[in-house]
Amino acid sequence: MTCDEAEILLHALIDGELDAGHAREVEDHIAGCPRCTAQLAAYREMSKAIASADLRYAAPPQLRRRIEASLPQTRTPNRRSVLKGFAMGSAVSAIAATGLFAILLHDGDDQRIMSEVVSAHLRSLQAGHLTDVVSTDQHTVKPWFNGKLDVSPPVIDLTAQGFALIGGRLDYVDARAIGAIVYRRRAHVINLFVAQTPGTERHAAKTETIQGFNIRRWSDRGLNYWAVSDLAADELAEFGEKFEAAMKGSGAG
Amino acid sequence: MPGRCLQAGRASAFSASAGPQAMPVRFSNDDPGSDHDPGKAQRFRDAALPYLDDAYTLARYLLRDANDAEDAVQECYLRALKHFDSYRGPAIKPWLFAILRNVCRAEFARRASSPAATDDLPDDAEQTPLWRETQETPEAQLLRRRDATTIRRFVIGLDEPFRETFVLREIHNLSYREIADIVEAPVGTVMSRLARARALLRAAWLAEEEPSK
Repeated sequence: MTCDEAEILLHALIDGELDAGHAREVEDHIAGCPRCTAQLAAYREMSKAIASADLRYAAPPQLRRRIEASLPQTRTPNRRSVLKGFAMGSAVSAIAATGLFAILLHDGDDQRIMSEVVSAHLRSLQAGHLTDVVSTDQHTVKPWFNGKLDVSPPVIDLTAQGFALIGGRLDYVDARAIGAIVYRRRAHVINLFVAQTPGTERHAAKTETIQGFNIRRWSDRGLNYWAVSDLAADELAEFGEKFEAAMKGSGAG
Repeated sequence: MPGRCLQAGRASAFSASAGPQAMPVRFSNDDPGSDHDPGKAQRFRDAALPYLDDAYTLARYLLRDANDAEDAVQECYLRALKHFDSYRGPAIKPWLFAILRNVCRAEFARRASSPAATDDLPDDAEQTPLWRETQETPEAQLLRRRDATTIRRFVIGLDEPFRETFVLREIHNLSYREIADIVEAPVGTVMSRLARARALLRAAWLAEEEPSK
């Protein structure tokens, strides 16, 4: 590697954007080159100084008010404060969770419910909000819901199939308490919502996208399901298929 | 090119501008009708308003003017709400930034046609060349401590496209891939712009004798 190459790549090194192999190549060059060693040290020093200085600007209050005023009014404006912290942390995009929500609802409100389901998913990604009961054991999570909900959401451990059960949570969708079962795939959280429905016929799964999240929904044995995640659609489909297969296998309901 | 050295997950995007598909940010003035869905407005608030300070910060650095930055951010949020239904992720901050950048570029075009532009810079700062051919003996030169106001001035003094790349990386902590999508350039270009931006900034940092307030 030449100094010219290293001079550019050392920035990617500082930023952690190199894979291990190339990072080693750059480091090997730098180790044998006093000039590049000095460059790296100087840029590290500068990055540190920049990181410790507050270079951001706060949006003026009147700008916030102008934007607020330009948005259509909603029924529950105070929820905004609940969600205020969402996505402030850079870690949010790194999280992916699966939640399973069980709710009773009427047909016909599908779009609104899906919106609320996505909002609940977003809310769950806030630090400390993902789970109320943390357990990888379905026999711990399922009883936890007893007495908290009017339906008992099916809790299935899919860890062996690549979707780790990480816990459960009470949430609110459509102004009702619902159960959420949370799964994790790599760094991704998936939310699966389950709602009681008057019909008992089976509806095959459909996938939709709202706000960048994939939602896979299906109905079976009197329950509606919504699986929500930032996982790619094909992986979310895999989750849904494995969940349904496991439901059949266990006869659970 | 340095681009081939990137992590595998990001290297694929090196091939081209994935921007238009990933971030639909070129808009026409159509369909205001769907803006009256209260659920959508609520989702938009929840998702987008936490980034207001981020958006305002980016606009300040891009436009170098507080009033223009406010106008640009408001316009950005209006456009984002209108097109929120077609938003396909993955993360909302880069999506907002891509919209904001387009708004700011429209402002640049407007300024180009009207010479009287206001500016955050002190009167003489823009004329001062920031980058001088200094002796390449970095080991002998230690960075003097600078306060945030001074560093901001250095950043604002950077020329485009180095300034936007630098701000997206150093202030907003976006990945090279995310920056590449926003500025619609290959990742390798982002990397070389960033290297250049840091060299310029460091030269300015070293060149200025007196820390100014």
